[in-house]
Amino acid sequence: MISADLNIILPEIVLALYAMGALVGAVYTGKDALAGLLTWATALLFVVVGVWIGFSGAGDREAFDGMFQDDSFARFAKVIILWSAAAVLAMSQEYMQRRGILRFEYPLLVVLAVVGMMMMVSAGNLMSLYMGLELQSLALYVVASIRRESSKSTEAGMKYFVLGALSSGLLLYGSSLVYGFSGTTNFAGIIQAAGEGHTSLGLLFGLVFIVSGLAFKVSAVPFHMWTPDVYEGAPTPITAFFATAPKVAAMGLFARVVHDAFGGVVGDWQQIVALLSLLSMYLGAVAAIGQKDIKRLMAYSSIAHMGYALMGLAAGTEMGVKSMLIYMAIYVATNIGTFAFILSMERDGQPVTDIRSLNMYSKREPGKAIAVLILMFSLAGVPPFIGFFGKLEVLRAAYDAGLAWLAIAGVIASVIGAYYYLRIVFFMYFGDEDAEGLDKNRSPVLYGFLMASAAVLVFGLINLFGIEGPATIAAASLVN
Amino acid sequence: MIGLEHYLTVAATLFVIGIFGLFLNRKNVIILLMSIELMLLAVNINLVAFSSFLNDLVGQVFTLFVLTVAAAEAAIGLAILVSFFRNRGTIAVEDVNVMKG
Repeated sequence: MISADLNIILPEIVLALYAMGALVGAVYTGKDALAGLLTWATALLFVVVGVWIGFSGAGDREAFDGMFQDDSFARFAKVIILWSAAAVLAMSQEYMQRRGILRFEYPLLVVLAVVGMMMMVSAGNLMSLYMGLELQSLALYVVASIRRESSKSTEAGMKYFVLGALSSGLLLYGSSLVYGFSGTTNFAGIIQAAGEGHTSLGLLFGLVFIVSGLAFKVSAVPFHMWTPDVYEGAPTPITAFFATAPKVAAMGLFARVVHDAFGGVVGDWQQIVALLSLLSMYLGAVAAIGQKDIKRLMAYSSIAHMGYALMGLAAGTEMGVKSMLIYMAIYVATNIGTFAFILSMERDGQPVTDIRSLNMYSKREPGKAIAVLILMFSLAGVPPFIGFFGKLEVLRAAYDAGLAWLAIAGVIASVIGAYYYLRIVFFMYFGDEDAEGLDKNRSPVLYGFLMASAAVLVFGLINLFGIEGPATIAAASLVN
Repeated sequence: MIGLEHYLTVAATLFVIGIFGLFLNRKNVIILLMSIELMLLAVNINLVAFSSFLNDLVGQVFTLFVLTVAAAEAAIGLAILVSFFRNRGTIAVEDVNVMKG
């Protein structure tokens, strides 16, 4: 019995043991001298575990009386989380080492955060949900303020901590109400207690608190206040991490809670999620227009993208979950490329994040400028690139679910949002000739990730790399 | 006779005080940490009250998890606060303002 359960969570156990072992090992040996090696080793481990989970091909299993769900949905999300975390670690090693901020704790904290995220997307119980979420959040608070001597980084960590703790509190209060009014913390029990159609007032209160707590974690408006500051203040590789894996995990958890625990009362949460989606899309599109700092701009961009992903979720159907998963996969692939580019922006060895430094970038590095152009067009959702197909999927899911108004609002928001992506392209190709530009960055890793991401966005439009099949199976395993 | 609703009222009151403490407090970051703790403890009252009302141990197990996590959270919050203080020489909430947002 217990060995079967342990077998199911073996990937998580391996990662957790690795993190603890490496932490103790590094303290007693080389400390920060080992940091570079540990970063690469961790990235490699993530890739291996990702392959292991992705190709294990086991059916839907559950461990510890439903506490831990191992189904296609969880595996799909875990593979994205692991591979994107591996990509971010590979990108950050050189950048952080050169600036002397690569501590050996960094890759290990990322491992712990990833274990928490894997727990989140597999949660089948309010307790495992909470423990996974906190394991992820606590590691991320520390990672955000890892640059101890920088007042920006510590301030980012502080803001993230206070607002993150508030959101955990909201989520927990909701959990306690749900437990009290359904008599169980298991999702399988909650969905029975909630019934079909409309649920009782007590459970509804719990649901609203849980949804607001989760909205904090996916940075949906009106719970987005921390995002721009944390993105700006944290060191850039860490911002890249925040923009990818935790977002996938939080969306995965969101989908799991609303479908596994409240799948019978779609009407009760559909309007809330639709409203979150609408506000996020518009605030993300409008507030980004005036930004001069590219990291802040990416923060608003990620808020807007979460709005689209939530639109898929708001549909409340299997197709909606499928479109959300595809959208998140595309979002992560694009963001890794974009952050590879932002990490390579520097002048005199100092990182630069001002958008104006991109003036006439196409003259200096035409190849990279083309790649960034593809990334920006894909983020904006311009047709030939796969960002467009991601948007199309969620819009169609929302339309089919009878949320035509939301789909139309989404199209308008994406037109508004296109402005600031195209402004970056404008600076690169038609900007001011005399402005001070960027130095050439010769990092092969960053160059490789930027080009690979752009290539994915172009060649993906043939068949989206066959991601649709696994996403369909994953959505079917969640919604049944 | 003290019933379930009394416990829930106390917990809800404490929770709301915690939230107000977070948003209205303009003085000191330590008070933010105390407010967060207050919110989590309000949740614990809720869980234990429900647990005894439902005759179900799960709520108390949940409470133990929450207590543990709250301790870890406070430790990390104080650690971040210490490094913030070293950089800025202040822990006033008004001074958490290098970035606007």
